[in-house]
Amino acid sequence: MKGSTRNLLVGVAYVVLLGGLLWLAQSTLNNYYLRILAVIGINIILTVSLNLTNGFTGDFSLGIAAFMAIGAYTAALLSLPVAMKTASFPGLPEWLQGIAAPFLPATIAGGLLAAGVAALVGVPVLRLRGHYLAVATLGLMVIVRIVANNWQDVTRGARGINGLPPVSNIWWTFGWAVITIYVVWMIVNSPYGRAMIGVREDWLAAQARGVRLLRTRMLAFTISAFFAGVAGALWAHLITAITPSSFSFVITFNIVVMLVVGGMGSITGSVLGAVLLTLLPEGLRQVETALASGGAPVYGLSQIIIALLAALVMIFRRQGLFGGKELRLPGMVERE
Amino acid sequence: MPSSTATLLNVERLGKSFRGLQALEAYSLTLRTGELLGVIGPNGAGKTTLFNLLTGITPPTSGVIHFAGVDVTRRRADEIARLGVARTFQKVRLFPALTALENLRIPLQTHERAALWQVILRTPGFLHSEAALTGAAHELLATVDLQAAAHKPAAQLSYGQQRRLELACALALRPRLLLLDEPAAGMNPTEADALMHLILRLHAEFQLTTILIEHNMRLIMNMCPRIQVLNYGRLIAEGAPMEIQGDPQVIEAYLGQAEAYAAD
Ligand SMILES: Nc1ncnc2c1ncn2[C@@H]1O[C@H](COP(=O)(O)OP(=O)(O)OP(=O)(O)O)[C@@H](O)[C@H]1O
Ligand SMILES: [Mg+2]
Repeated sequence: MKGSTRNLLVGVAYVVLLGGLLWLAQSTLNNYYLRILAVIGINIILTVSLNLTNGFTGDFSLGIAAFMAIGAYTAALLSLPVAMKTASFPGLPEWLQGIAAPFLPATIAGGLLAAGVAALVGVPVLRLRGHYLAVATLGLMVIVRIVANNWQDVTRGARGINGLPPVSNIWWTFGWAVITIYVVWMIVNSPYGRAMIGVREDWLAAQARGVRLLRTRMLAFTISAFFAGVAGALWAHLITAITPSSFSFVITFNIVVMLVVGGMGSITGSVLGAVLLTLLPEGLRQVETALASGGAPVYGLSQIIIALLAALVMIFRRQGLFGGKELRLPGMVERE
Repeated sequence: MPSSTATLLNVERLGKSFRGLQALEAYSLTLRTGELLGVIGPNGAGKTTLFNLLTGITPPTSGVIHFAGVDVTRRRADEIARLGVARTFQKVRLFPALTALENLRIPLQTHERAALWQVILRTPGFLHSEAALTGAAHELLATVDLQAAAHKPAAQLSYGQQRRLELACALALRPRLLLLDEPAAGMNPTEADALMHLILRLHAEFQLTTILIEHNMRLIMNMCPRIQVLNYGRLIAEGAPMEIQGDPQVIEAYLGQAEAYAAD
């Protein structure tokens, strides 16, 4: 059997296994744990897609929160029940008022709009590299937030949107996580991905060997934004309420830490980083409340520990847990 | 049908200044298909600058470059590369984390690229083109005698191997013009001789038009029927090796450099 066919079958087997595990979780865990599990799926989407820009292409983007916000607001405005829209959004355009889209198209629309915005801002922003690019994408987050705060008719400003249909669950988030991993993996192991890695390794040599720099970086940036938008939509319908401040730098920071701890340029590393660093703070939060019995609760402990962990990884194992390598899943074969 | 003596590269009064420093000035060249031109000159003469201008890495301050009848003066480096101008760098530039094979795939893939949806769905057409790419990469590795290093990261190759891999990367573009910037620098005499034989063989086998920058006088005089000499950004002599060797200005330029060294 050819390597690619074999890997495809093994991959399908893993997805089936994942489905079984999710079903088991669904039937045994309570809502609190199911929600954590759903967030793990969302964080996998965010970390794996961020890896495409920050890990593989070497463009250190900090725009995730902005793209999540765009995806979340778009999907929310599409999926809200019509009655709710007429009551809470009198200023909304008529065509939008009449729509109560199902979750899947709303999510896809959120991703597409985020990608569209990425394509627009990409042209000026991707002229920059390194710190400059990081700062510019951070600026994007600030802009999106200001728009969300002031575009009252559409976003309800600081009051935010609540009462979203609670349709997001582990099936949706892990379904999208599987799609994200698959798409990113296929791109990375293709001419597109090699061009991205070439740009990261030595952009001048890449250009001298025929690589279109802007197009390559733009592709990574927009695909990454698409999945961040999807993740925003999934998250909005999990929490069921969003405000402009939901999409703060803390989210971006957490995802960047997951990426760095897992190892930039490793997809399996990203998955592991996302799982570990979603579970760890949840565990620590229980410690926080447990410690509270003596006096005031020590909130923020988990954030501090995550920040420390990031610093330690940067100091002692800069390449992250996986160091840019992939964990070979049992049953898969190396393709030349 | 183009004859073998058609002009491939035509450069007119090319100039580049870096904040007042004239790195190259009024440089002109007409290169015919199949030629092997040597470019020599003391340190800082502007040889590498010439390659940077020809490949679009740095924009010229004056002059015009025509390649295969196309004005490429203001084209981006990747466009020029895809038109068929390939180069190696004086200081080796590879993708250190990628294996030798993967290094070659990047320039090889410029001529065949599947659409994104084909990549994501792994269509038979895409898998076929990937297999063809792998085959071509192995062939190139054999050309530069690096088969054994196919799966080693470029960073782990010896210096001589890296130089050969870089040459293979340039060939992978399927170029019509090959620019080699001191390809044998830092090699021992045996390695350097072997490399020069390889370059001569490639040139003869594929009628590959080549410009070779080289410090080693003995090598370049033996290899190139035509030589240009640069000094302080200016073309001071041009001709057959015998003419160049006897040219007083050339002797002066190199003597001057020798004296400068002696004075250090
Ligand atoms: N990017 C740059 N910025 C400023 N000056 C430069 C730049 N590139 C080259 N120069 C200057 O231009 C002149 C020509 O440099 P160039 O590298 O072309 O010389 P070269 O003939 O290749 O020398 P060598 O034999 O040492 O490689 C030198 O004085 C160099 O310092
Ligand atoms: Mg030089």
